[in-house]
Amino acid sequence: MSLRTPLGKAIGLGSAQSGAHHWWMQRVTAVALIPLALWFVWSLMSLLGADQATVQAWISQPLNAAMLMALVIAMFYHAQLGLQVVIEDYVHTGWLEISLQILVKFAAIIGALICTFAIVSVF
Amino acid sequence: MAQFTLPKNSKIRKGTHFKAEGGNIRQFHIYRWDPDSGETPRVDIYDVDLDRCGPMVLDAIIKIKNEIDPTLTFRRSCREGICGSCSMNIAGTNTLACTMKIADVKGAIKIYPLPHMAVVKDLVPDMTHFYAQYASIQPWLKTSSVAPPDKERLQSKDDRAKLDGLYECILCACCSTSCPSYWWNSDRYLGPAILLQAYRWLADSRDEAAGERLDELKDPFRLYRCHTIMNCTSACPKGLNPAKAIAEIKKLVVAREGA
Repeated sequence: MSLRTPLGKAIGLGSAQSGAHHWWMQRVTAVALIPLALWFVWSLMSLLGADQATVQAWISQPLNAAMLMALVIAMFYHAQLGLQVVIEDYVHTGWLEISLQILVKFAAIIGALICTFAIVSVF
Repeated sequence: MAQFTLPKNSKIRKGTHFKAEGGNIRQFHIYRWDPDSGETPRVDIYDVDLDRCGPMVLDAIIKIKNEIDPTLTFRRSCREGICGSCSMNIAGTNTLACTMKIADVKGAIKIYPLPHMAVVKDLVPDMTHFYAQYASIQPWLKTSSVAPPDKERLQSKDDRAKLDGLYECILCACCSTSCPSYWWNSDRYLGPAILLQAYRWLADSRDEAAGERLDELKDPFRLYRCHTIMNCTSACPKGLNPAKAIAEIKKLVVAREGA
């Protein structure tokens, strides 16, 4: 039982004065992913049946490599932002929430790094 | 984790069936819980003769209380959709019992208290936290300028029109309690009703505390738990659009910061 006033409970720790950047970046990355994803699907279609040398040559072109890298970074950034919110929404056990938040951030960074290095190594 | 299964003391039993004879009988399945009984909640079934009953759901539950079962507990006052007391979950939708027509529901009418609120008794939810959240946004005109000594603070007709669709909110909580984000995080998320009220003051040309208000709202939980699910807008019995008001607040925050 708590004798705290209802207003005290509602105010809690006060406003964190943040959240706008997260919200804005989620939208910016979403907008970026529309053309990037369309371009990626269109590229894959045009590479259907190509041999390895052709695909490597395709990735070696600066524009393609840059677009691939932009896709990978925007995608992992967007996924991390989204998963963070899902965990905040549903996971309310302190240690589990913190662990999952750290895990998601690590996984997103490692995933993005593996993909970028793969692109660079072919390039 | 957010709790998705009902705790043991919320499991609902079958209750009593109050039978009646007559030509135009409609069944009302109503959630009952008495904190003093020590029992789990139950659903009682009341047969109501619609030929001897007013047209609204509130008319039916008042008839039940008067003529069938005086222990049935619910809030009601104005019976014309302006006080916001009789908000409850009727046929799966949060709405006002007084403006909901019986004829608009087919078959048995199921009535439960507003979802995901602690129940005081039967159809009466505990609104303490909801009202405290309303108080937390300081819903009054805040100014630094001294009031004119001989008249009210003036507002142009255009500026007054900006409050349309906001001032009509009666704080019945139908929207907030239909919002999944509010279900899981109401301890910190303000919810659609309170955010619409917050925007009502941000949109008021006479108010001089917009910056202060935005500072208080700009928070990952208070404001940004809104994921534009839009249940609020489809639930509102007054036809208002809380989702749009929340979007306007988010736009104001971005306008202030720049991209």
